[in-house]
This record gives sequence, C-alpha cells and structure tokens, in this order.
Amino acid sequence: MALDTTPKGWRSWVRYALLIVMAIIILFPIYTTIVASLKPGNRVLRNPLVPDSFTLDVLGDAWTQGRLGKYLWNSAVVAIIVTMFQLLTSIMSAYAFSFLRFPLKRFFFAIFMATLLVPFEVTLLINRRTVDSLGWLNTYQGLAVPFLATAFGTFLLRQVFMQIPKDLNEAASMDGLGHWGFMREVAVPLVRPTLGALGLFSFLASWNQYLWPTMITTEDDMNTIQSGLRLLRSSDLDKPNLIMAGTIIAAIPILVVLVVFQRQLVRGLTAGAVKG
Amino acid sequence: MASIRLVGVSKHFGDVKAVDNVSLDIADREFMILLGPSGCGKSTLLRTIAGLEDPTGGEVFIGDRMVNEVLPKDRDVAMVFQSYALYPHKSVRANIEFPLKVRGVDKAERADAASQAAEVLGLTPYLDRKPGALSGGQRQRVALARAIVRRPAVFCMDEPLSNLDAKLRAETRAEIVALHHRLEATFVYVTHDQVEAMTMGTRIAVMRDGVIEQVGSPQEVYDRPASVFVAQFIGTPPMNIFPAGAIEPGDHLVGGRPEDTVISDDHATSHDRGVAATVVLVEHLGHEAQVVCAVDDHTRAIVRMNPSDDLPRNGDTVRLNVPEEARHRFDAVSGARID
Repeated sequence: MALDTTPKGWRSWVRYALLIVMAIIILFPIYTTIVASLKPGNRVLRNPLVPDSFTLDVLGDAWTQGRLGKYLWNSAVVAIIVTMFQLLTSIMSAYAFSFLRFPLKRFFFAIFMATLLVPFEVTLLINRRTVDSLGWLNTYQGLAVPFLATAFGTFLLRQVFMQIPKDLNEAASMDGLGHWGFMREVAVPLVRPTLGALGLFSFLASWNQYLWPTMITTEDDMNTIQSGLRLLRSSDLDKPNLIMAGTIIAAIPILVVLVVFQRQLVRGLTAGAVKG
Repeated sequence: MASIRLVGVSKHFGDVKAVDNVSLDIADREFMILLGPSGCGKSTLLRTIAGLEDPTGGEVFIGDRMVNEVLPKDRDVAMVFQSYALYPHKSVRANIEFPLKVRGVDKAERADAASQAAEVLGLTPYLDRKPGALSGGQRQRVALARAIVRRPAVFCMDEPLSNLDAKLRAETRAEIVALHHRLEATFVYVTHDQVEAMTMGTRIAVMRDGVIEQVGSPQEVYDRPASVFVAQFIGTPPMNIFPAGAIEPGDHLVGGRPEDTVISDDHATSHDRGVAATVVLVEHLGHEAQVVCAVDDHTRAIVRMNPSDDLPRNGDTVRLNVPEEARHRFDAVSGARID
C-alpha cells in the first residue's frame, strides 16, 4: 500500500502517532506492575521492564499474607451498598427535580448542584467525627453511609429524565399511573443505560476509595482492598513486588465489572447526545 | 357512555387567556371536532376535558358528574396524543394492555382485550414488536388500541393524524370514523385541518383566540359561517370577502365562495356588474382552474373555473360578482354574520 502523503494523510499519521504515545504513557505503569508481579521477589530490581522470568508465587503470597480475600469482600460489600443507595437516591431526587412541581425547585436544585463544588476532603474531618460519634468506626455503615447520595447522580439522571417526552407522562397519568408507578414502570426503564453507567461510576469510585477507609478503620478486619494494600506494603520488605501483585488482584474485579458493563458505560455516557 | 358539558370554562397561563369562558354541550356518542388555527386554545380545551389541565374558571361535566377535581384516570376518558406517546420499552401488546394492568385487570382478561383491540385495528401481526419497529401509521393505531382497550366513555384525540403522510392520513381518518360507529362512544377531536373536521365530525366547534366562534354541523358551518373568520377558515380556497359597497350597496362586507364567485370581462353590460379586479395568477389543477384576482391592495379573491372555459390571463382586468342567493353578509366592524 502506498504511503498517503496528502495533507489529510499526514494529519492522520500525526493523530495516530499522538494516540500511540498517549497509549504508551497510560499503559506503561500497568505493564510494569504486571511484569513485576509475575517475577520472583529477588529479580524485580534487575531488568524491571523485561519479563525475563515468570512465577505466580508472588500473587499467591500476596493473597495469603495480605488477607486480600477479606479485604476484597469488605470492598465488595461497601461498593455494592454505596452503588445501590446512590442509584436509589439519585433516581428519587432526579425524578423530583424533573417531574414534580414544588416551590423553590430551581433554588433547591442549585443548592444540590453547589455541593458538587465542595471537595470531599473538606468534609472529611467532620464526617469522621460524625461517624465516630455514632459509634460506626470499623463498621460497614461507617464506610458506606457518607456516600449514599450523590449530586452528580442526581444531575446526570435529571438530564435524561428531562428528555422523556411530557406526552408520555400524561399518557401514563391517563392510563392510571401515579408518580410512583410512572417512575417504576416508565421513567426508570427508559433511562436504564444511564443507570448502568451511573452504577458503574459509583462502584468504581467506592472501590477505589482510599482516604476514607484508612481514616475510619483501625481494625484489620474492616480494611477495604485499597487500605489493605497499604498494610501489604509495610508487611514484607523482602518482597518489594508483593504490593504490585496485590494491586493486580485488587484490579481484577474492576476489570471484570468493566468488561461486563462496558456497553452500558458507553451507551450511558453518550445518552441523549443525538436525537434517537 | 357520556355527554360532556362545559360551563364558562377558562384556562389562563399568566396573562395569556388560552381558553376564555367557553361553554359547550357535547352530546353522548357525538363526534365533536375542535377546529382552529395554532394557538387558538383547542388543545388546551381538550386537555381540560381530559383532566391534564386544571381550569382557571368554570365547570367541566362528564355525564352528570362535575369533574373539575377528578383525576384524569378517574374521568373515564382516554386520550390519543399527536406524538402517539407509546411506551418505547414495552411491546405493542404490553402497550395496549397497560391501562388494564394498571387497573388490576387479571392477565387472561387483559390479554383477551388486547387481542380484540389489536384485531379491530389490524395490529395482530405486530403484537410482539416494540413501537420503534413500527411505521407512523401503525404506531398511531397502537395508540388508538391502547385508548379503546378499556372502553372509556369519552375519547379525546389531539391532532392524532398530523404526523402521518397524506395517504395514510386519509386511511386512518376513515378508521377513526369507523371506530366511532363501532364503539358508540363520545369523541372529542382536535385538529387544525378543515378536511378532517368536515369529513369526520358530527359537529364542529370553530375556535379563535380562546373562544368558540361557531358550533354546528360541517354543512352548517360551511353554508352559513357565523363570522368572517369562520368563512375564511372553512373551505379551500377560503371564502372571498369583498369590501363594503363593492358588490352591493351598504356598509357591510359581502362574502362569496370561490365556486359561487362569477368572473366576467370588463365589458360586461349587466346592470349589476360587480367589482373590478386584476388577474394576478391562473393556477391549473387539472380538474379545475383557480383564478386569483386582486380587487384592491388588500383584497384578493379566488374564482374556481372549469379548465375548459375561456380562462382570463395574468394582467387582464375583469369584473367579479356573487349571485344574490350565494352572498354572505358580515358586519364590517365585528365580522359577525348579519343575516
């Protein structure tokens, strides 16, 4: 095939070159982590980028020494609780802001959205104190409750609810549906792709939480996978790649979830972008 | 089945009077058309009957019951929307069954009812499809099936054919009329299309600016329009309205349908020669020719002629007249019919 040297062809070459460079930058840390986790501990620092030996021992050590099974379970419980509640609270609040009429609706929505401007770190200490005063340190509720509602989810769902034609709502009311019925039977099924994407975001965000679990867990039994990896690092200096292996194990569930739901994710992200 | 009675019904949106003090009686099993241009308040009036709008004033009766405070679902009214408003995630069967499901009708019974409704509207082959896989005409029939499945006393239809092409519109028009005969229910039908109004309704209520200008049978409204507005809204081409004194002495306007308006050359010698006009356009439609004439700077008149006649040409000066028995007289100020 002849080289395309037209201006359009060059632009295409440059674009692909940039994409390749960006892909290398993004994939490089993942590559080094995988290579390191599959090498024996004593060979990690020699030729760190070359996969010159292969063993699953380090992964096995990380699993047993690091109690990763327990941490994965804790993370899964918290992430599932947070995801379910975020979906529920986002659906209810977004529905109210989209379909109900009540005084000061715009004002309350603006207040809701303003919370997006407040970084979580700002409220960290206050939340820690609240959770402590409730006696929820080292509990699942302590890990999950501060994250059960999200203004982002409300905003995202409100935007897609607003695209549901008014006629559909009116047809439903003629058919005999009230607000609960319309939400359950029509509105929620129609925004399922967006719900899938929101659920995935919520799950990922909760799974990747590090600071909050570290702050409110003092017992090893209640560590999540991310805070548990920290303990793994400090537990065995002879095996510098143990933490790499733990990271790989921690990422596997996320990869599975992403692969299973990637279609939903893409559809959700582009929902409403074009007229259907 | 049920009659509908509107007593002084108004609906205001802020300062805008969408419906202004409308009173109307619709008999049981009648096919009433609400006809008017965009923004005249016809859809708002229909939605007020259906319960989708709360009236600002007045009373709405369905049968003997005042329904101002009754929820739409409890009014025994079904609505067919211009946009079809089908549930896109449900199959045709589920869409048709849905009103029954919400009302707690058991599964077997609602399956029967849905099959019957689908049969009536020729939807049986499509029952398992989603609305997205249907044509516009089929979707509108699903909307009709969903309306008829629970046998309501009143059907409200808001321009249900306006999204269909001309051929399909004619077919569906006939289907709706047949449905009216079959169901023996009261139909209230909103349209801005006078052909639909004339061919479907047992009576027409012509609306303008939130008020009803005239109520009558299609023939009555055509033959004896109550105002200049009705005269020009009903009929294609619209009625010619000549300035006061142009056709006959007096300070009133004179109207004549295009088919009643007579054109003659400028040398006519009759003692009643009509008004002078200039031909600006001759349109050949095959079965007839329409001659557009300028009477003055503000007045155009159209004359329907046989294409085989000796047709005038653009720029010709002609005289237009309306025979005495075909004249409609309107007050020059209010536009109301005089005789």
